Amino acid sequence: MKTQNNKAWFLVLPVLILVSISAIIPLMTVVNYSVQDTFGNNEFFWVGTEWFQEVLNSERFLNALKRTLLFSALILAIEIPLGIFIALAMPKRGIGVSFCLVLMALPLLIPWNVVGTIWQVFGRVDIGLLGHGLASLGFDYNYTQNVFDAWVTLIIMDVWHWTSLVVLLCYSGLVAIPEVYYQAARIDGASRWSVFRFIQLPKIKRVLLIAVLLRFMDSFMIYTEPFVVTGGGPGNSTTFLSIDLVQMAVGQFDLGPAAAMSLVYFLIILLVCWIFYTIMTSFDAQAAASQKKG
Amino acid sequence: MASIELKNIAHQYPSEDKSGPYALSSLNELWQDGGAYALLGPSGCGKTTLLNIISGLLQPSEGRVLFDGVDVTDLSPEKRNIAQVFQFPVVYDTLTVAENLAFPLKNRGMAKDKISERVAEILSMLGLSDRANEKAHSLTADDKQKISLGRGLVRTDVKAILFDEPLTVIDPHLKWQLRTELKKIHQQFRHTMIYVTHDQTEALTFADKVIVMYGGSVLQIGTPEELFETPAHTFVGQFIGSPGMNILKANVDGALAIVDRIQVALPGNYRKIDDEVELGIRPEYISLSQTEGIQAETVSIDDVGKHIIVRCRLEHQIVSVIVPEGTSIPDKPRLVFAQDKINIYQNAVLVRPTG
Repeated sequence: MKTQNNKAWFLVLPVLILVSISAIIPLMTVVNYSVQDTFGNNEFFWVGTEWFQEVLNSERFLNALKRTLLFSALILAIEIPLGIFIALAMPKRGIGVSFCLVLMALPLLIPWNVVGTIWQVFGRVDIGLLGHGLASLGFDYNYTQNVFDAWVTLIIMDVWHWTSLVVLLCYSGLVAIPEVYYQAARIDGASRWSVFRFIQLPKIKRVLLIAVLLRFMDSFMIYTEPFVVTGGGPGNSTTFLSIDLVQMAVGQFDLGPAAAMSLVYFLIILLVCWIFYTIMTSFDAQAAASQKKG
Repeated sequence: MASIELKNIAHQYPSEDKSGPYALSSLNELWQDGGAYALLGPSGCGKTTLLNIISGLLQPSEGRVLFDGVDVTDLSPEKRNIAQVFQFPVVYDTLTVAENLAFPLKNRGMAKDKISERVAEILSMLGLSDRANEKAHSLTADDKQKISLGRGLVRTDVKAILFDEPLTVIDPHLKWQLRTELKKIHQQFRHTMIYVTHDQTEALTFADKVIVMYGGSVLQIGTPEELFETPAHTFVGQFIGSPGMNILKANVDGALAIVDRIQVALPGNYRKIDDEVELGIRPEYISLSQTEGIQAETVSIDDVGKHIIVRCRLEHQIVSVIVPEGTSIPDKPRLVFAQDKINIYQNAVLVRPTG
């Protein structure tokens, strides 16, 4: 084959430089820390995979991982069905549409730490509307002391903050379904459940998968809100991976283990992304195959 | 199976303008039990609106719908027991082909063995037996539309089967096959069938009676032959046939019409008409001659394969003529109008001769 003109590489050079400054170089620094130890004076010693072994075998890491996974699982189990349900209940036309959309978008516009602060105050037993209200109704609610209360508060806060995203994604999928499908279902005498099961759910499958992916990623990496509300407590009960990581790196200045932990954390997220990507491209391949036949 | 009666049906789609146009205006029709009807008309003439009113997907703004004399206007499509096939394929993606066909039966609580028996029949009729267990989303558009058709035909107890341009997405060679199949099904089971289309060939080959619609009203109901020979409205004349009927401005007095200062003999006596009068004659019923007839001038010649379409100019007006293949066409032909095939229209509506 004839030698191609290689000048095109120069055109992608600016992007390569920017990406290496913003992503590759910092990442390599982390990799660098993860395989070395230091006693100050900028002296480093090669330790190989020691930090990784330590992290993977440490009770602390595994507990934080379990907590984070449990948190993500609960978030998905609540937000996805609830989001679908709200999207189904939203009006498809008329003046109600813009009202609902704006209402749904509002929580998404609030910065993370503000959400945390809102709920931190909202749940306080002494002055918070929720905390004080529950207390005066006779409930023994205190998220700073009770593990269960802390989890409930964090989960309700996340549901409040992020269910809208699932709703908006599902809603966009639902309004894209042509009216004729509903007409055909009425002619076929389909029940409300059949319409959902055989028309709506298959048609919103793709956006739903994106919603699951986004909600998983975001809840798995959650940091700011629990940090503001509970600070990881009571005890370590709401210390998720990200909070633990920051404590280790910034609080204790254990750069080696923190770097190793970051990489493990990163790889877990990468793995999940890859799984989702594979599922989604297999949907695409199916769609393309049926298109081709058509 | 049922007769379908429409009483003063009118429909106006909701819009801000209350005095806006009616999609349908004041229809009164009675369609016989077991008939095959075609609703024919250009896009936007209200065909689909009318179909959806009959099936109950749409509530008419005015009027009542009666099946076998029973008022069903307020009943849902399910309660009316209607089957309807839509223009674009609707399949339940996650179900198999067989499950798709079984879906309407299952929803009505039919016994399992009856369902599988009926589904097998429909599958073999549509030629989909070997794909029965494939997922519906993997099929081609053609096959998907076959499934849609199949779901319309699978129930035997329906009052009527409505088709909304069902063959639009189907390949031409399959179109013929499916249309013949539908006609056969109609002859076998005598369901009342209503078939919406803007394709005249489809309407004329499928239906016993064709209903021509335009601008939300029915212009004519008739057999294909009636529509061809004596269109009740100039629109029907022009819409049916290829090319459509020649509509020429004329003056009529007694048994003579004057077209572009030329006298044309009419099939009967007409009273004197002062309004706008037009003479209609099909291109099939005009022949070219060297010796007799109206002097004209050839404007264009289109050889469409099975015959030749010649456009001629009289003094001002253009006339289309269909002549057989191989006819030699002079520059200045003479046109002979078949006298008994001429129709006269007053304000676009057919006028019958008085004697």
